[in-house]
Amino acid sequence: MVICPLVRDCQIGRAANYTVDTTEFSKPANKPVLGIETSCDETGVALLRWEPDAPGRGLLAHTLYSQIKLHADYGGVVPELASRDHVRKLLPLIREALAEAGLTVHDLGGVAYTAGPGLVGALLVGASAGRALAWALGVPAIGVHHMEGHLLAPLLEEDPPEPPFVALLVSGGHSMLVEVQAIGRYTILGDTLDDAAGEAFDKTAKLMGLPYPGGPALAKLAGQGTAGAFRFSRPMTDRPGLDFSFSGLKTQVLLAWQQSDQGEQTRADIARAFEEAIVDTLVIKCRRALEATGTQRLVIAGGVGANRHLRSELARAGEKDGFRVYFPRLDFCTDNGAMIALAGAIRLAGGQHQDATVQVRPRWDLQSLPAA
Amino acid sequence: MNLLAIETATEACSVALIHGDELIARSEIAPRRHTELVLPMADELLAEAGIGRHALDAIAVGRGPGAFTGVRLGVSLAQGMALALDLPVVTVSSLAALALEAPEEEGAAILAVIDARMGEIYAACYRRDDNGGLVALDDERICTAASLMLPEASAWQVVGTGWATYATVLSQRLTGTLHSADGSRYPQAVHVAELALREFKAGHAQAPELALPVYLRDKVALTLVEQGKA
Repeated sequence: MVICPLVRDCQIGRAANYTVDTTEFSKPANKPVLGIETSCDETGVALLRWEPDAPGRGLLAHTLYSQIKLHADYGGVVPELASRDHVRKLLPLIREALAEAGLTVHDLGGVAYTAGPGLVGALLVGASAGRALAWALGVPAIGVHHMEGHLLAPLLEEDPPEPPFVALLVSGGHSMLVEVQAIGRYTILGDTLDDAAGEAFDKTAKLMGLPYPGGPALAKLAGQGTAGAFRFSRPMTDRPGLDFSFSGLKTQVLLAWQQSDQGEQTRADIARAFEEAIVDTLVIKCRRALEATGTQRLVIAGGVGANRHLRSELARAGEKDGFRVYFPRLDFCTDNGAMIALAGAIRLAGGQHQDATVQVRPRWDLQSLPAA
Repeated sequence: MNLLAIETATEACSVALIHGDELIARSEIAPRRHTELVLPMADELLAEAGIGRHALDAIAVGRGPGAFTGVRLGVSLAQGMALALDLPVVTVSSLAALALEAPEEEGAAILAVIDARMGEIYAACYRRDDNGGLVALDDERICTAASLMLPEASAWQVVGTGWATYATVLSQRLTGTLHSADGSRYPQAVHVAELALREFKAGHAQAPELALPVYLRDKVALTLVEQGKA
């Protein structure tokens, strides 16, 4: 949850224009790419050498600093404080990643940074440092779409999925189903009409008195709840379509909580019923999306992808229906630099890069990206 | 000695290059376009001086106070450049750089004021020294124009957007001692470069990760306790 709304009409930075270049830079195919993620409250840095057949093998280092503690006192992410922390943490993390990989900046073949969507001030820190670094090194730079990073994160695992596949992207800021026809060719099949799945977890936890960010704590509590003690609806599953809506569910929980004895076991029971409602809803929509696209591969991405119940229920559905589910490791479900390094390395290897300006796009349509 | 300086803390976006005895610069009043201008400006200056990026000895930056986003842009750009080129960074107060925009006048005190929005100003007072540098007369701070405390001086020069917004209040404070005032001045990279060169020679350059913004306004949100929610 972000306390202040994103600066919607901010004109800082121009629209990201990719240019295809074949002359100015030699292709950085075998040189490591630095990936920088600063779109919200995690500073992530990674080094990755593009290995088309096994991208995970090319990952040389990744480091992360989470600001969760910083924002906990405020009950949510404070954009200005997030930006201030990125400035303090980014360079030490880059140095740490380089040391971990046994490299120096002079070994880099390119720099990738999250250019959007996200908090404008936070994005600008990574984009400015990353763009200037590439400028000074004389290597190409590319602004990466944060969601593309998440979509491609499962490619970092053993036996990665090949497009076409369907991706369920569920985090504190997003809940969407995306058809990935090829890398760079995305169609949004469904999106949330109100709260994101992770946001619903955090808000529900908050109204039952769990401290920020309560989502993971709520999921843990659900494990101690009794099945069937409460039951909430599966929003928007009674009609066709792939969109989500989770804010009504939150209201149901609030009513149930207010009318209950508010004891420890009741809290766990409600948490369990809430988690089941969310997970069931996500599973139903994933099945529909796979059916609609005729695909047998489902990729899970985003912070909520770390939810154990969601993972086991999707795996079970996959066994029953005959589709395969791909999960990134837990570290790469949440925001990280590795996914940005990967998405950037793919585009740089294809000859795409950006001019010497710092470009961020707080709002950026995933479907507007060029093919990689 | 080759030093590249960046100043983006206010509406003015500027880059300057010290190359031997030469000081060249680019500057534009371009609110919201700083992100597009800095690196191309740097490229132009390096080309004009006929040197490559690797010939640089230090990066300098106006580290604020000013617009938060602008200050971070400059600092992040400087950090990135310096990391890539294995160079130190010299940070310079944007108020000090602004003070050097005042016309040269012997013995006068300079009040540098930037409109900090929300009814406040960033302010600091200086005097020119004999070598074209500055001596700080007090600490830089954020306050209202009405509550601004000033050191004793018989002649004042005021520069910066704080004057444009609070000329009435400030001129009352400086009755009889005001020699000049210009509310249309901004911190400029040429002065960041001049001040940074002195700092560099004095051994005050830092590792790039230690070059950090100075915001002055540090209370930007209320905690849950302060909101009465915890």
